Amino acid sequence: MILSVASGKGGTGKTLVATSLALSLEQGTVQLLDCDVEEPNAHILLRPQIDSSRPVTVPVPAVDKEKCTYCGLCSEACAYNAIAVAGRTVLVFRELCHGCGACSHVCPAGAVSEEPRQVGVVESGRAGGVRFVGGRLNVSEAMAGPLIRAVKKLADPKATVILDAPPGTSCPVVETIRGSDFCVLVTEPTPFGLSDLTIAVEVARELNVPCSVVINRDGPGDEGVERYCAQEGIPVLMRIPFDRRIAEAYCRGETLAAAMPSWQQAFRELFDRVRGLAAVGSVS
Amino acid sequence: MKEIVVLSGKGGTGKTTVLASFAALAENSVLCDCDVDAPNLHLLLAPRAEEVHEFYGLQVAHIDSEACNECGACVDACRFEAIQDFQVDPLACEGCGLCARVCPLDAISMHDVLAGHWYVSRTRFGPLVHARLRAAQENSGKLVMAVRKRARELAQQTDAIFILSDGPPGIGCPAISSLSNASLALIVSEPSLSGIHDLERVLAVCRHFGVTALVCINKFDLSEENSRRIEDHCGDVGVEVVGRIPFDPDVTLAIVQGLPVVETSDGAASREIRALWEAIATCTVP
Repeated sequence: MILSVASGKGGTGKTLVATSLALSLEQGTVQLLDCDVEEPNAHILLRPQIDSSRPVTVPVPAVDKEKCTYCGLCSEACAYNAIAVAGRTVLVFRELCHGCGACSHVCPAGAVSEEPRQVGVVESGRAGGVRFVGGRLNVSEAMAGPLIRAVKKLADPKATVILDAPPGTSCPVVETIRGSDFCVLVTEPTPFGLSDLTIAVEVARELNVPCSVVINRDGPGDEGVERYCAQEGIPVLMRIPFDRRIAEAYCRGETLAAAMPSWQQAFRELFDRVRGLAAVGSVS
Repeated sequence: MKEIVVLSGKGGTGKTTVLASFAALAENSVLCDCDVDAPNLHLLLAPRAEEVHEFYGLQVAHIDSEACNECGACVDACRFEAIQDFQVDPLACEGCGLCARVCPLDAISMHDVLAGHWYVSRTRFGPLVHARLRAAQENSGKLVMAVRKRARELAQQTDAIFILSDGPPGIGCPAISSLSNASLALIVSEPSLSGIHDLERVLAVCRHFGVTALVCINKFDLSEENSRRIEDHCGDVGVEVVGRIPFDPDVTLAIVQGLPVVETSDGAASREIRALWEAIATCTVP
């Protein structure tokens, strides 16, 4: 079972839900994958012991000046403007390169080869009974996709896999949610939360992943999110009230499951409902 | 003309609340929403669209099943695992076109995809350039560049003093596109351990791109201890902390009313944001 926890809007409580859920389920069967590689936070709450760390690389072109005829075909072939030929110079803009291999394919002189370029690291370890995998994009790198793919490659098909998604609704989120059995969307009951939730629901539907909603900081705000979920037939599986004690515990880097253990039962019930909904495959 | 972009690293720290209030307080500014994935600024500024533009991102491959003999050359060539059962998954395709080049039967063609729209709108606080990337589309960085370019043109035409940009969370492609060559970045942080971790990374990105950063701590009173840690880190890396906004329920009430908090409240958060704007508007950027 692969369950992604996403939101659209940032700061709604994805990591809070993902980590507390992981700690509330039967220990030894759960794996948490932090796919927010730009600003990973799950390790701050779980404090895993990291026992392996390996670099993630993408292939980028390396041009052999001896062989290059400066014909410019590589530049024409590149969809990302990552390689340019000016006179007798070839410029490679490595941070724009998606590593597709088109330039080396089209080079008639065999002058373009590929070399690995590190864009980040993937770390894995263990926090008590939860196995942890997390990616970390190097500062100033633009593309999260290759790193998210590297994190997801370490998913254990036999485990309950919880993916902590990045905020937003574009490529990094798609890369995370794709292939999940279910997606829990965490939102807050404000017009901001609603606006971003509607886009996140569209993403889940595009990917054919059934989804449900968790409302965080319930209380202050308005009825828009509840109304929208009722209209769309999207189940609201949990409401976490606005409570300054929860906010303060989060500030200290504590999970809800650890700071207020009575919540563990609620997270187990959340998971049971998710499993039921995923089994029906109810594309909400 | 000063182009000020609000970033945070971590999402949900209060970027849009701060930026919308700046919009209400600033004289003669052009407003810009660089969060094209999950935009929120329009919800506080009641824009009326005056221009609508289509945005095309990367192309997507299409396999003509009549012409395809399933040789598998495209599947082998694709680095993005975007071709399954001789069909292209448009959400996985990154538009490189290598499959079309390797196909011996010319059965694969590349197509433009409408990835979103961008708008120039009128608001009571000045023109707003904003966008909406369609769900699950790529290339938000390129759309951010389109939005910023138009905002700069408008600022030049109207002799604006400020461009005020609401940025996306994160530190990857859309955040870098929002930041590069801006005059000043204001980082809205929060006093959680996650917030501190993310602040350190976004400040490192500002340094890398040579953009001066200032920091404000939102909801600083949720953890005075962590707020001091933020101040210590900023002191260590030579970044000024220019604001400390207290937790204030009026902020959520303003969002529900669809207005900048400085217009709805004279409470503690509102007063601190006013003081913050004074500091930002008058600061000199190297």
